[in-house]
Amino acid sequence: MIEIKDLTVKYYRQNEETLALDKLNINIATGEIYTFIGPSGCGKSTFLYVLSGILKDYSGSVKIDGRDVDPKSQRIGLILQNYGLLPWKNVYSNTMLGVKIKNAQRGLDEYGKYLLQKLGIDKLLDRYPKEISGGQQQRVAIARAFMLKPDLLLMDEPFSALDAINREELQELFLNIWKENNVTTVFITHSVDEALYLGSKIVVFSPAPGKILKVLDNPCFQMDNLRSREEYYDMSMHLRQLLNKG
Amino acid sequence: MHFNNTLRGASYGMIMVIIIWQLLAWLLKLPIIPEPLAVLVNLGQIFADKISTHLWYSLGRIIMGLAIAVIIGVPTGFLMGYFEKIDKVLSPLVYFTYPIPKIALLPIIMLLFGLGEASKLIMIVLIVIFQIIITSRDAVKAIPQEVFRSLQSLGAGKRHMFTEIIIPASMGEVLTSARLALGTAISILFFTETFGTEFGMGYFIMDAWMRVNYLDMYGGIVVLSLMGFVLFTMVDMIERKFSAWR
Repeated sequence: MIEIKDLTVKYYRQNEETLALDKLNINIATGEIYTFIGPSGCGKSTFLYVLSGILKDYSGSVKIDGRDVDPKSQRIGLILQNYGLLPWKNVYSNTMLGVKIKNAQRGLDEYGKYLLQKLGIDKLLDRYPKEISGGQQQRVAIARAFMLKPDLLLMDEPFSALDAINREELQELFLNIWKENNVTTVFITHSVDEALYLGSKIVVFSPAPGKILKVLDNPCFQMDNLRSREEYYDMSMHLRQLLNKG
Repeated sequence: MHFNNTLRGASYGMIMVIIIWQLLAWLLKLPIIPEPLAVLVNLGQIFADKISTHLWYSLGRIIMGLAIAVIIGVPTGFLMGYFEKIDKVLSPLVYFTYPIPKIALLPIIMLLFGLGEASKLIMIVLIVIFQIIITSRDAVKAIPQEVFRSLQSLGAGKRHMFTEIIIPASMGEVLTSARLALGTAISILFFTETFGTEFGMGYFIMDAWMRVNYLDMYGGIVVLSLMGFVLFTMVDMIERKFSAWR
């Protein structure tokens, strides 16, 4: 469980203070995917940086299973919009980066091999990131994060730079792998469709400064043929209204 | 393939130089410009007995000088690039001393360290190290902050930041600066070898000049140039290996 109380983040730029997050309060239950949706610039990414331990300058309290955020002791998988791969490492070394640093593990274990195969990148191991497509790069990032067997998975608009076909394929693949682990996931998106497809709960953000407008249970989660159902249509109308009101 | 291209380019350049040299020799008909063939024939006769010792001395000095400059300069530059505080302390010093023509310090260095090897090495190091420090520092500073995020979220320590990101990301640029420094280092080497020693290509060339033995002198120049070219090509090849991901 992640407990967030009065989380406030301010940026200082040229002596000017900008409020990025304004007193966020939310509890994120273990083993669920929370999709966070809101307009661009509403502080969603800032929120993610706090959870991943990259941004330490905040007020309020953030506890993961009762402890402060500390990437050294917690296992956090981070998947970013620009994939976050290291361009000088080939696919193999990039996927191994997490377990190498966390477990001092060298060489793939069975689960690692399984993931690479499932994600369809097991034939690309000696390629460099610039030699593979965006979709393939994101598969590498997903493999890296899951290989870590994380306690918490953080995803910042991971599929938004991909074309529609690639995006839907990867969303499905991600959900597939996720079901095998049920890792607590915070998924940032600006797409209503993605929020509905991937989130067991949907958190709606206000425009800047970021506040939580509403936390919704998502009845559409894990439904078959989701996109042709009435529930999907109703929920997406509801979400759009909330987002438009701001 | 790259290597073959380099080789082809180099042979083309060499042929051009020889043609121009031959033309000048024919046109000017001066004893100070002997014909290339005569020089090469003479070089073949004297290399083993008269030149090779000098070549080893020069080669030793240049490799030692560059090695010391890289071993001290690169870590210094990396630390300055990564730690703001170290940069604040050292940058003014580096910037202030960089444009000073350090060759003018030669008399002081010789008074302090004598006429022997130490002074020659110190001169080479002193002149090329600043370039190496500045390039290494700037290479680290040019790494986008986002690149560090994946590692930060993994709770990676400073050691991993250096081994996984800073060193591989800037190796290419560091080697480029080493390659450029090589040209400067050879000029300084020549200069410092003209006194206080009876070994080295600088000594050999100046000695042949005083003896008005122009064939020997040209032979020395050819050997020194080839030495520079071979070293240059070697650094270039290592650089390519490290930059395969670009």
